Order: sequence, then structure tokens, then C-alpha cells
Amino acid sequence: MKRLIYVAPLAVFLVIAAFFYKGFDLNPRALPSMLTGQPVPPFDLPPIKGRGDKGFADTDLPGEVSLVNVFGSWCVACQVEHPFLMGLKERGLVPIHGIDWKETDPDAGPRWLKRFGDPYTLVGADPDSRAAIAFGVTGAPETFVVDRAGIVRYKHVGPIDAEDWEDTLWPVIRELRKE
Amino acid sequence: MRTATVALLLALAALPAAAVEPAEMLADPALEARAREISKGLRCVVCQNQSIDDSNAELAQAMRVLVRERLVAGDSDEAVVDYLVSRYGDFVLLKPRFQSTTLVLWLGPAVILTLAAAVAVAFYRRRTATTRQPPPPLSDEEQRRLRALLDDGSG
Repeated sequence: MKRLIYVAPLAVFLVIAAFFYKGFDLNPRALPSMLTGQPVPPFDLPPIKGRGDKGFADTDLPGEVSLVNVFGSWCVACQVEHPFLMGLKERGLVPIHGIDWKETDPDAGPRWLKRFGDPYTLVGADPDSRAAIAFGVTGAPETFVVDRAGIVRYKHVGPIDAEDWEDTLWPVIRELRKE
Repeated sequence: MRTATVALLLALAALPAAAVEPAEMLADPALEARAREISKGLRCVVCQNQSIDDSNAELAQAMRVLVRERLVAGDSDEAVVDYLVSRYGDFVLLKPRFQSTTLVLWLGPAVILTLAAAVAVAFYRRRTATTRQPPPPLSDEEQRRLRALLDDGSG
């Protein structure tokens, strides 16, 4: 009993150290997505200028596994990610749909896509963040993997790079195609 | 006197102002008051340590507008908050709800305080008990050694 008193501080220290050690691997800015496992929220976005399509709505999604990518011409990280999305389009691996988020100028999005290339199958404009909030988006870029039934299965925050693609996104997509 | 008044006015002007812009406000003061109250409890997910009522971030502004639209559409305060929780999780609440996953958070401090108080009480009880007890009388052997020491010192 007496000896316990000498061991207790060490034990307490070890427990706290274990918690902090685990904290090294946690990202305090990463927020869990509420949407994983849920159907895509209802949204119906108008088209952006110069694409000549009908816009982008939740009803477009069921049928095949696809990516929904939230971007904006104001978003620097999206520019970093953009070449990778163009590469995906060239390889024809999976359809990518875009939500052009929070543009103050309706010409800015189209101009950006003209300059850097357009990897998207469908694009909708979301200037007032309606769809972004429905998706629980906190920043751009964010990418959602949607399955054949129109259910969100995975959320990626930040620019996608080759490592993210090989390690998580592509395996998730291949798995979903088997279902 | 005038300088003091001006100084006071300037000091008041420096108080933190809410980020709500006049154009966002609702015409109905009762609804607007509810919107303000709800907004104060919702976290701006971009800045993370401000409420959407305080934040100038565009997403916070969009959320404020959404809160107001839902109130105008007739949603209850709870329904508005629940909608945002269903999108962003409990994280958007600045004040965590009392539920199974937050039990430790809410009750932890009280439990630790109670435990610490119990330990402290036990500790002081034992200490006063030992100090109050008169020491046992010396045995014959001890008496003899004591006397020997005293005699030795005087000699």
C-alpha cells in the first residue's frame, strides 16, 4: 500500500503520455464527416457559364461510382490539386463532378476552368454555399466518393495527391464497383 | 468633460461587434432575436473558435443566412440546430450536448473533484487521529536508558 504511492505518479504520467502520444497522429483540424454512409443531400445547382450543360443535381448521381469535388477559382489548394484531377480525367478512371463554390463573380469559375482545364463531367454553381453546407463542407477542396446508390462513402479533405489516390481513394472506388 | 465623453464613446465603439450585416437581418425582431441566439451557439467551421454570429467568414455568413431562412420557413430553434448538426456533427455546437458520448466531459470534473475531496478528507482524518493520540508511556527498558543518558550528561 505504501509502495503504491511511489508508483502512482509514474502510472498517471504513463497514462497521460499515452494519450498525448496518440495525439501525435490525430489531426485537430480534421472533422469527421456526418455524411459518410448517408445519401447525398438534395441539391439542384444551376450550370456555370460556357459549359452548355444543365447544371448539377443530386439526382444525377445514382447509377455509377463517382467523385464530387468542391472547388473554387479563389482556392489556391484547388489549383494545386487541379493537375491531378486532369490526369484522372485523361486516364478515364472515374467521372468527376464539380461544385463551383462561393464564386463572387459568375465568370471566375468558367475562366479558371478554361485556363487550367476542365476535368468535370457535370458542374454546378453554388455561390451562396447552399449545397456546400448541405455537404458539410468546411473548406475547399473537398472530395466525396459517391456509390452507385447515391450514398456518400468517403470524404477527402484537402487536395488529392498521388499518394491519397493510391492509398485510399482508388481502393475505395474499386471496392465500391464490386458491390 | 467633453474629452471624457468622447473617450468613453470611442472605448464603447471598440467593443467587439457582431458580424451580422444589416442586409442579413430579418424584419421581424422576434425572429431576428431567435436567429442571433441560435447563431451564438453555432461554431464557425472555418475559424473554429468563433461563433457564426461573431465570424466574418463567408461560410459563417452563409450559415447565418441559412439559419434565418429556416426560421422564416417556420422551423423551430431545435430543428435549425439539428439540421446543421446533421451536416457538420456535434462539432458545430459550441456548447456540447448532454449525451452518452459527452458524459465524461460533463461529469468528469465533478467526479474528479469528489474523488479528490474524499482522498483529502481521509488524509486529514488519519493525520489528526495520529497527532491527537497521546504517545504510549515508556516501557521499563526505555525508562532505564533515559535515566542512564540523563545521568551520563550530568556527570
